[in-house]
Amino acid sequence: MDKIPILRMGHFLLVTIQVDLYDQLALNLESDLVQMVNKTQAKGVLIDISAVSIVDSFMGRIIGNIASMSRILDAQTVVVGMQPAVAITLIELGLPLTGVHTALNVERGMTLLKEKILIGDYDEDDETGDDDNSAE
Amino acid sequence: MSIDSARLLQKKKKQILESWINSQLAEDALREDMISNDELRANSEELLDTLLPLLTPKNVAEGDVSVFDPVTELLSGIAITRAKQGFTPRETAFYVFSLKEVVLNILQNEVTDDPQGLYEESFRLNKIIDGFAVTIFETFIKGREEVILRQTDEIAEISTPVIRIWDGILALPIIGTLDSARTQVVMENLLEEIVATGSSIAILDISGVPAVDSLVAQHLIKTVSATRLMGAECIISGIRPEIAQTVVHLGIDLSSIITKSTLASALKHAFQILKLEVKKPGAKERPFINK
Repeated sequence: MDKIPILRMGHFLLVTIQVDLYDQLALNLESDLVQMVNKTQAKGVLIDISAVSIVDSFMGRIIGNIASMSRILDAQTVVVGMQPAVAITLIELGLPLTGVHTALNVERGMTLLKEKILIGDYDEDDETGDDDNSAE
Repeated sequence: MSIDSARLLQKKKKQILESWINSQLAEDALREDMISNDELRANSEELLDTLLPLLTPKNVAEGDVSVFDPVTELLSGIAITRAKQGFTPRETAFYVFSLKEVVLNILQNEVTDDPQGLYEESFRLNKIIDGFAVTIFETFIKGREEVILRQTDEIAEISTPVIRIWDGILALPIIGTLDSARTQVVMENLLEEIVATGSSIAILDISGVPAVDSLVAQHLIKTVSATRLMGAECIISGIRPEIAQTVVHLGIDLSSIITKSTLASALKHAFQILKLEVKKPGAKERPFINK
């Protein structure tokens, strides 16, 4: 069965969706990602959907869910590279994805995440660094 | 014995033509600036030439519409031309109705000995010519609709430019009312352009939008949300005091959107977001001089 890889990069998790998502895949991604956030204590999640050309209301909801769940687990979510057609579809479906940060491409998404985390958890930054050191 | 109106009317063709044209000319509504006398005469004569031979007792009695197809075709042509020239519906309808009047008058003058027959024949002719009136009206409206559709297309074509006013800043001046179809075009153009230029700020200038009602506001909110989903920021500028009033009175919540009164202030805000500074050369010395 297909699985969408979740890559860890420092305090961040990277998810690149390269295939069209079907419902079960999206559900798996949702649970995997939440598990992963919890396990790695990630501070940010970056989801790249530049290769996704079709979305439905279910997909939109899953993305929204992932963002809300991550926020509860103290991680910011950035969705990057959304295609114009996808954006219009989501708006027409009435899913403006409030609470999800967005960026034009991966590079800007990374910058945004770093800014958010600097502002949000300035004092925790050292702490996390220590945790990483002690773990290794 | 039935009345052979075809033969009778054809004999009187000259007279019919003259009185018909006179009655058209007498009508106040006739616009001499739009159609010349000669053209009117040619049109009318051609129509009579086609119509009168078809008014045989058999055709009239059966009331079958399809035998009058040549006439209908001619009338359609006239109606379309008139629609494009900008005639009013009244003028166009009068063209056929004045013919009816003339024909019935002639019939009445000619047939004096058979009131029953006259009545029946008049009734049938009436029905046929009324059919023509309906045709001419239908085609006239179709012609007008074509004109309107063409104009709509033209407006849509000229109305949605996306301008790159700075590195990473797009401006989109909207002129005219925003309906769903236009919002779609505007949104698509804007989003495509954001991807193409990698811009992170879009300014939607609505100083050319005459009125904002709840529907237009919703379209604006949609566009802003879609831009946000793409990862760019959207600023709405050019909000006039009247528009601000309507928006608040209608209870539309625009608090989630950055709004500025002019394009200039929106641009300034965009500069702030991008951490850009624009200053005059030599502006450094100014505080010095002030002291």
